[in-house]
Amino acid sequence: MTMRLPIRLASVALALAVVALAGLSARAADTPDPVADAKAFQKFFKDRFPNLKPEDFVNGPYSMNEDLHRQWEEKEQFPPYEFALEAGKEMFAKPFKNGKTYADCFPSGGIGIRQNYPYFDEKEGKVITLELALNRCREANGEAPLSYVKDDMASLTAYMAYTSRGKPMDIKIPNDPRALEAYENGKRYFYTRRGQLNFSCATCHVQSPGERIRAEILAPALGILNAMPIYRSEWSGMGTTSRRFTTCNSQIRGVPLSPQDDDYRDLEYFLSYVSNGLPISGPGARP
Amino acid sequence: MNGKQKSGSGTAEMRALLLIVGLLFAGSAPALAASEADFKAAFATAEAAEKEAGQLRNQWTTTEAALAAAKKAAAAGDFDQAVASAKEAEALAKASIFQATSEKERWKDMEIR
Repeated sequence: MTMRLPIRLASVALALAVVALAGLSARAADTPDPVADAKAFQKFFKDRFPNLKPEDFVNGPYSMNEDLHRQWEEKEQFPPYEFALEAGKEMFAKPFKNGKTYADCFPSGGIGIRQNYPYFDEKEGKVITLELALNRCREANGEAPLSYVKDDMASLTAYMAYTSRGKPMDIKIPNDPRALEAYENGKRYFYTRRGQLNFSCATCHVQSPGERIRAEILAPALGILNAMPIYRSEWSGMGTTSRRFTTCNSQIRGVPLSPQDDDYRDLEYFLSYVSNGLPISGPGARP
Repeated sequence: MNGKQKSGSGTAEMRALLLIVGLLFAGSAPALAASEADFKAAFATAEAAEKEAGQLRNQWTTTEAALAAAKKAAAAGDFDQAVASAKEAEALAKASIFQATSEKERWKDMEIR
């Protein structure tokens, strides 16, 4: 009798410990860990496409299909984004009415910095994308903001990406719970199914890269933003990251958010972070 | 007695017939032309559901298209079509709400870990 009570107590204590440990591990699984995420993300694509060099992922569908790759190599001799590049270079250098230029708004005069965008602004507590920073620069200097989805914005970011070509994507998540929440929100957005077609971003760009969707070959999510902005033959023109996100949403029959909505900014933050280390290849060209 | 009984049975038959005719009319009521009030009620219900989908940041383009079609049909005086489109919009909006609600946790199933 006297032995039974301690045994019972020990059993209860053991059961409680097991429950507590299970709770802890469940919490650990839900705690955001961007470093582990990025490692798993890159491993997933490298395992799936073992013959591809890591830096090739930034070439989107051209890295997935040999025929397309050959077409692209030929296209690159007279790239379709060249006119935007020239226009962007000119716009970038042209002073605003107050005499200042875009270079005054950015570190290193805006040259070779694409790989650091988007970044988390700890003062504001939000993600700042390159497109947003460009418009803020304009407004701070008394100029009207540009459309986020039209040619002028794409030309400017094309030029800034070009000056950063080959530099590894280098997105930082500061030690700030708001930054981690922005990253986590971006991740949630990326994997959440939406629209009448019930697609998430991952449906196309994680589950099906290299597969055809109608006449298109889907790009892998890894490095997908390193090539932005892009000239798309389908659009007969240039497109910004904002344009890419909004059209992705409408293609799956979802009402797009406003360009540079917080969710899109966070999505860009997440997608860029998990592609850290891959080179900037923008401006890109896509079918 | 019998005649009375017969007459009573005839009345019962007549009543049954009237009831059947009445029921047939009642059954065919939806086939009758919808009114502007029917459209307004159906549209308000659909719009409320779409607003809820908007709060969940998950509206569908097809819902918006059905709402626009309902308005267009009503403006042209075709309330049957307007009510049908409004009901379609409501069903789509409800599906988008279901999707957004179920995805609150289910997105994790697709995550690369």
